[in-house]
Amino acid sequence: MAVLETKNLGIAFGGLRALEDVQISIGEREIVGLIGPNGAGKTTMFNLLTDVYVPTEGSIELEGKSIVGKKTYQITQNGISRTFQNIRLFKDVSVIDNVKIAMNFQMKYSVLSGIFRTPAYRREEKEVEARALDLLKVFHLDSKADDMAKNLPYGQQRKLEIARALATNPKVLLLDEPAAGMNPTETRELMETIQLIRDRFEISILLIEHDMSFVMGICEHIFVLDYGKIIAEGSAEEIRNNPKVIAAYLGGE
Amino acid sequence: MKTKKWIPNVIILVLVLALYVVLSVLISANIINPYYSGILTMVCINVILAVSLNLATGFLGQLVLGHAGFMSVGAYAASLFTMYSGLPQIISFPIALLVGGLVAVVFGVIIGVPALRLKGDYLAILTLGFGEIIRVLILAVPFTGGAAGLSGIPLLTTFTYVFILAILTVGIIFAFIHSRHGRAVIAIREDEIAAEAAGINTTYYKLLAFVMAAFFAGVAGGLYAHHIGVLDPGKFNFNYSVEILIMVVLGGMGSITGSVIAAVVLTLLPEALRGFSEYRMLIYSIILICVMLFKPSGLLGQYEFSIARIFKRLTHKKADAEKEA
Repeated sequence: MAVLETKNLGIAFGGLRALEDVQISIGEREIVGLIGPNGAGKTTMFNLLTDVYVPTEGSIELEGKSIVGKKTYQITQNGISRTFQNIRLFKDVSVIDNVKIAMNFQMKYSVLSGIFRTPAYRREEKEVEARALDLLKVFHLDSKADDMAKNLPYGQQRKLEIARALATNPKVLLLDEPAAGMNPTETRELMETIQLIRDRFEISILLIEHDMSFVMGICEHIFVLDYGKIIAEGSAEEIRNNPKVIAAYLGGE
Repeated sequence: MKTKKWIPNVIILVLVLALYVVLSVLISANIINPYYSGILTMVCINVILAVSLNLATGFLGQLVLGHAGFMSVGAYAASLFTMYSGLPQIISFPIALLVGGLVAVVFGVIIGVPALRLKGDYLAILTLGFGEIIRVLILAVPFTGGAAGLSGIPLLTTFTYVFILAILTVGIIFAFIHSRHGRAVIAIREDEIAAEAAGINTTYYKLLAFVMAAFFAGVAGGLYAHHIGVLDPGKFNFNYSVEILIMVVLGGMGSITGSVIAAVVLTLLPEALRGFSEYRMLIYSIILICVMLFKPSGLLGQYEFSIARIFKRLTHKKADAEKEA
């Protein structure tokens, strides 16, 4: 069964139809790629999935339930979490607090309880501290837990952003160009991390990426967008040999 | 090491108590005369104002220029309560302060809901407008005494009252910032879009921090009213809001201890400079300019003066010395 599914999804900004009749479906524990030339509508697609924009037509269903019209934070709480094309960390906040912030909605203690440091505060803070550290360990960031996020090198900032997205306990993780700006070694490392995340957290992953070896290397299913429409879908092999995709995006010899 | 975590807290408690005892003994022995104890009261009131504004401006990251407006609302509400409630003063004063805070909260919600959709300069102008509206409104309605001011407010604000409330305000806001709610508020300052994507209800937390700041401004207003005894709507103008903002900026946006230090210094400084008469404001301004030139993030930036850290360093040094020996 599909975890996340869109049907006839479309959005128009005035007269411009940025996306039209988009049908994608992401299975459980599947790594799915979304590729296409610049301006094809990939990030718009992410913004629709996280309700930054409201679609003008069509439906988005998470585990069979419509999520159209909810607020972005509610989408996150429902199980779709994302990273951004340009890293958006809480820069002047410690690494571990970046993760704790994303766990905020899973915590229960009240404002007064926080002010008066009740047992509930102590218990939950202890719990979240342990959980956040565990999560940072997965990304080898635990030794930097108390550093400011802005002081991390680029590759680790990307990782921290993924860790923060995972802290919300998502069912689907959306990664917007996770390998952008990374050197080949970092990219290879990231591929391993993404597979590890899928296996360890048992989630589905949808990613946008321009690095074709990256996409072809880890995605089990790929959708190709061009001018707001899905022009092809299939396995890496099928996409690589699809004449439409070659013409629109990959380029031939 | 873990068992020693409470020691810094005890040190802070002892220091605060010692400060209180020393000051109140000096006041009752008349070594600090009523004029100076009045200044001390204003120091405490300004600490409350600066620390609460820091919550909205330093931690939430919203430029608020109407803090004196919330203060005036609280001042009038609290004064009218003690004057007309008919309760004995010992009971009515604490209730009046609470009423002052709560009325400011009501105004905070009314202003906050539309205003917090805006950001930066726009929010600043809107809150500035609010402060002016409050001032004009106070002049217009019949029960505030209008332009003549509200007089005959019983002088109930004692040093003990302001001191305890200033300490409470600092303590409450400090604890708030270090809870999950405070983290959410800081996340909004850092990146609102990312905060939303991390599952934080940004509207709720913005309003929460804004309203908390308004509450303490209202309480400070109540203290002020019962300290001076007369309320003049002209006092709570734009300049006063800016004065509080200067304390926050000078101390460091996002540093509670910075706000406390700046509030103390900037309240005492004009008094200390009284001897220079007409050059007073000149020197005051030059000091501000120098701080901003050489330390644009404010005296402390986002750094907190921490007894716990000093304590840690001292014990570590000792441990190191023992190791070497």
